Amino acid sequence: MFGLKSDWSVKANDRYFTLDDYSAAEPRWCTGCGDLAILASVHKVCRENQLLPENTVSVSGIGCSSRLPHYMKTYGFHGLHGRALPVACGVKSRRLDLDVWVATGDGDCFSIGAGHWIHALRYNMDMTVLVFDNGIYGLTKKQTSPTTPEAYQTNTHPGGAVLPPLNPLTITLGVTNISFVAQVVDWNTPLLYETIKAAHAHKGTSFVRIVQRCPVFMDVMNDELMDDPARFLLLNHEQGIPVPDGVSKMFESQADHDPNDLSAALGLANDRTKIPVGLLYRNPDAGIYNELSSQGLDFTSEDKLAGVNEALDKFLI
Amino acid sequence: MNEASELIAVKQIDNVVEELPVRDTAIAIREHIVEIVSDSGEGAQKCGQTLGILSAKMGNGVWTVEIIPAEIQPPARTPDGASGIRVRIGDSPMTNTGNDADLVVAFNEQVLRSRIGSHAYNDQTVVLLDNMWASDSDEKIRNQYADALLEFAECGLTVHELPIQEECLKVVPDPRKGKNMFVLGLLCHIYSRDTEKALAEISKIFARKSAKVVESNHALFNAGYAYAQRHIEIHYEIAAHSEPDHRMVVMNGNQAVGLGIMASGMELVAMYPITPATSASHFLADEFHSVGGFVHQAEDEIAAAGFAIGASYAGKTACTITSGPGIALKTEMIGLACMAEIPLVIIDVQRGGPSTGLPTKVEQSDLLATLFGAPGDSPKIILAAATISDCFHFVILARKLAESFRIPVFLLSDANLATGVQPFERPEVADDWFAAPIDQSPWDPKVLAYDWDEETGLSARPIPGMRGGEYVLTGLAHNRNAKIAYDATTNQVGSTMRSRKLAALADTLSPPEVHGDPEGDMLVIGWGSTLGTIEEAVDVARENGHKVSCIHLRFLSPLEPGLREICSRFKQVMTIELNYSDEIHASYINGETRRYAQLAQLLRAHTLLDIDCWSAVYGNPLQPGKISRVIIDRVIEVEGGK
Repeated sequence: MFGLKSDWSVKANDRYFTLDDYSAAEPRWCTGCGDLAILASVHKVCRENQLLPENTVSVSGIGCSSRLPHYMKTYGFHGLHGRALPVACGVKSRRLDLDVWVATGDGDCFSIGAGHWIHALRYNMDMTVLVFDNGIYGLTKKQTSPTTPEAYQTNTHPGGAVLPPLNPLTITLGVTNISFVAQVVDWNTPLLYETIKAAHAHKGTSFVRIVQRCPVFMDVMNDELMDDPARFLLLNHEQGIPVPDGVSKMFESQADHDPNDLSAALGLANDRTKIPVGLLYRNPDAGIYNELSSQGLDFTSEDKLAGVNEALDKFLI
Repeated sequence: MNEASELIAVKQIDNVVEELPVRDTAIAIREHIVEIVSDSGEGAQKCGQTLGILSAKMGNGVWTVEIIPAEIQPPARTPDGASGIRVRIGDSPMTNTGNDADLVVAFNEQVLRSRIGSHAYNDQTVVLLDNMWASDSDEKIRNQYADALLEFAECGLTVHELPIQEECLKVVPDPRKGKNMFVLGLLCHIYSRDTEKALAEISKIFARKSAKVVESNHALFNAGYAYAQRHIEIHYEIAAHSEPDHRMVVMNGNQAVGLGIMASGMELVAMYPITPATSASHFLADEFHSVGGFVHQAEDEIAAAGFAIGASYAGKTACTITSGPGIALKTEMIGLACMAEIPLVIIDVQRGGPSTGLPTKVEQSDLLATLFGAPGDSPKIILAAATISDCFHFVILARKLAESFRIPVFLLSDANLATGVQPFERPEVADDWFAAPIDQSPWDPKVLAYDWDEETGLSARPIPGMRGGEYVLTGLAHNRNAKIAYDATTNQVGSTMRSRKLAALADTLSPPEVHGDPEGDMLVIGWGSTLGTIEEAVDVARENGHKVSCIHLRFLSPLEPGLREICSRFKQVMTIELNYSDEIHASYINGETRRYAQLAQLLRAHTLLDIDCWSAVYGNPLQPGKISRVIIDRVIEVEGGK
């Protein structure tokens, strides 16, 4: 497959990367875990775009999702619980040449890291943010997460989760300067791949909530969904996520949704009867913070010397 | 200091009927301490800063200390709302705040009471007080004013009432904004300051305002100057110290930190607003772009540290600036930087604590929190600036150490340095102070990401963009190959290597220099902004015949070498610090229960010597007179007990 792209065009690079060039250690996720499908899609998008492994950085927090960097043969940063986003923003701030990915989970992003979630969306730095939302804390063994369904029994709420789950989509869509919001499920791999590919192609923070199976600790949320595809609403639009024909046939419910329409997106996010799948919102014109934070990257030593001397001279006696 | 004021008879201004002739005979004095106190927002600090800068520009030694209330608009005419500044001006370099003030200008009697409560004055202190309150329309205020005057007389203060408001009203309709420049005029005549330089400084202050604003402030200044010329008999001269053979700059410690960041080559500061650190970021927000840098105001303290760590990981060593409560929040991030060996510069402008504590007041209470704050063993480098010049130069050192040792470096400053203004030699910046452009050459894949040198613990670091160096940084226990490992030896080896770096650094340091004789009855040990005070206090004790010397530590982790040997040359050793410790003779306090000052705790463990301490948390800078009494009392007590 040297140089052969999926559209049958050929690009003969000095270096051609195969899936193996992006795959590191054998994933240690459980059998049947949705994270495996996400990882495979990320590898494919990397290969499709022939990303330089040395210029690709995946940043994560803590949790099952956040093991992703270890399975990438790129640079990676497996940091602190909830803090993937500020670190990723810092990585991008002065290194526009780096392709930044963030892997986070429902506990990591929507609970302990919720403050950063809101603000990173406002910064809208150029990066791809994948939230692996399985509605449960997995790595610490079945505690209630912000998206755990109400009444679902967990180790912290043996009588059932006491609160209605948080809706990540309405919150995300409510943040100013948001530029790309999509939702997809891990078990529809063609659509998952297309969604991650579109997210990566978007300039700005692309936020993808991936409804993801945890076969060990969350047996209701996703099994029920998998058994009942009618619960989903596939969003179609020429500016949306490209949907392969075969995939389209899987969805009984479909809607034309203009992803430039924020009110319509909020309406879909608020609709409790259907789970939207596809691109809810995009705004390619939203301001991108790394364009500000990267100011002065072209300064030479002479420029810096002149700048600091001028500043010092203001204090001369 | 006070001798000169004793010689001067101060004319009771309020009795003056006819205009007095211009007085031009000034008495030469060596130094004076001036305080200006007002309600918040009346510009006392601006007045004092300008007097300080002006004096520095005239070749005097200067040290300023700001008196800042914690609220932006505290109630007017209350002791708690006192806002002001202390300026020590002398004919030689000034290294500390000094003792009691020689002259005070107070905008109302209540703020004056606050400073009396802080023991800033004695019966030699000359007080100039605005008399507008004597004729206030509110009877309550008139009574407060009259009562306060009686109270001042009882405590021995000589108060001279001046019609400051009345005189200002002749120049501007609302003197609340501008009275400070009238007072600056007064002081400039009293201390024979260069009026041209003063007017130029005023123009600079209001550079962003209209020409009309500059004009009216000049007019107020001139009115104050002329008033003093005609009505105030106190008239001094403070000679310049010998012309330095190098150029000098004058600034406060936070500006010095900001300039140090610019000169270090760091391109990114990530911060969250916190007093008293934030003004460093204000300065950078104005100036950083001129070296291509960027100030990121993060959503919180944790994110500020995370952002800086992200940039550092990607090859652009970054800085975060904060104060105690911010350090507490950043602790987990700093632990990650220790564990994953990410260079990072953390500037901690210390304030009073614990918790929100005293946000605008000085303390040296973060030493142990920075050293031991993170869970697990998390070795890091800690530097403490002792002077404003250190605030500048130590940032450059901190960046280099952070990168060479692949470690977070703390630079401890404090509220005293942050707001104090002091002249120092203009640094001649060299381009090798800047960080080198990030290395993007291919990495030898045979070299592991943590290729620890067995002896030093040091290792080279792959930077994203280096082909062949791809690794996954993790905060989990990891081996040389950056792989997560839970086996028996990995965490032990990693901890050993990270700790070893400090020992390797300590090996390159020199023992501290002893101020005074190399041996004697007592060695005083200090750190941070108290350097000038302690040295002056030790000098006083020595003049009184006591065999006292002192050392001042700049490296607190690792500690400078040779401390046990230096200490062993003295009969007793004590630290002087601005943090809490139990007094020796208090109830329940004995050898087992006494909690020592922070450096004393460290040094007792480090040297295995019975090191004593004196420390306090009044929120004020230490005064040399007080400290020399503490030292002398302690020396005599121990000698008497023998």
